[in-house]
Amino acid sequence: MTQAIRTSTAGSLPLPEGIQGIVADWSSDQRAFKNVPWGKAMMWIFLLSDTFIFSCFLISYMTVRMSTTEPWPNPSEVFGLELFGKSIPLLLIAIMTFVLISSSGTMAMAVKFGYEKNRKMTFILLLCTAALGATFVGMQAFEWTKLILHEGIRPWGNPLGAAQFGSVFFMITGFHGTHVSIGVIFLLIVATKVIRGDLDHERPGFMTGRKGKYEIVEIMGLYWHFVDLVWVFIFAVFYLW
Amino acid sequence: MAHAEAQQHPVVAHAEGQQHPIGIYLKIWGLLFVLSTASYLVDYFHFQGYLRWFLIIVFMLLKAGLIVAVFMHMLWERLALMYAILVPTVLLMVLLGIGALEADYTFFTRGVFFLKGLF
Repeated sequence: MTQAIRTSTAGSLPLPEGIQGIVADWSSDQRAFKNVPWGKAMMWIFLLSDTFIFSCFLISYMTVRMSTTEPWPNPSEVFGLELFGKSIPLLLIAIMTFVLISSSGTMAMAVKFGYEKNRKMTFILLLCTAALGATFVGMQAFEWTKLILHEGIRPWGNPLGAAQFGSVFFMITGFHGTHVSIGVIFLLIVATKVIRGDLDHERPGFMTGRKGKYEIVEIMGLYWHFVDLVWVFIFAVFYLW
Repeated sequence: MAHAEAQQHPVVAHAEGQQHPIGIYLKIWGLLFVLSTASYLVDYFHFQGYLRWFLIIVFMLLKAGLIVAVFMHMLWERLALMYAILVPTVLLMVLLGIGALEADYTFFTRGVFFLKGLF
């Protein structure tokens, strides 16, 4: 046996670029998404479907808000915080935004250190990301408590104006918060795998026979950045409108 | 054979992994902070009307673009994946348009039936 059998064609032949590249990739045998691990392509497709779910929520929110004849509660005031006797508009939401963006930054760096096989840095950055994500969920719990107990906002009505405000708010932020919570759990699982050396030793994961590789950190990262991405849209259309 | 594998490995790692200098992530992180502050200031200074909408949407799309392009590495993916993910997203604009039309119509009929004085 003088020559190893190649099972992967990636990197062996130059792939065409541009429109020709799209046609060649899509009409090729076996796999359409070249140079991308299988799991990563699947995560992108899942995220596309999730994009449609969140778009349905945000577009129905727009429809509901544009069609109501009742005044819409002013989010700038509802989500304001009292600080040193002064009320600052949207303060809590602004802090939540910065926390989530920071978690995206640490996640991006965790992916980079993962591909460098720097186990310790990847683990630390993944834990930072999880901690920031948990902080975000905690602040959201605080916000919900404030709205439910002090402002009397319910999914079916509220004393400030249009009844749709409560239902839309709890639906959209609740769904997003669920995504963040699942992401924190997902992050802790990946962090554990990293620090145990599962990825360095290519141990297969739970419920799969596939070898553990550092690409799972990037796949995790795609999910986490998506959660941040959704928040960008919620922040703009729900809180700033 | 061991030699051949050792030679082959970096090629595969380059093809399937995404490796970029750390500076680019830190720069984008900083930029996202600036853009978030800017969109917060739109509310803080009470900009109203078309100016408010223009600024909110521009900052929102810039932030979303930076996250997808750099943090999610879309910038360095092949066009086949890029188009498969981004083209369906653009089609959502149709749903947005239908929603807006429907909302206008509902608002109009509600005005006619419930609040006769409004029109």
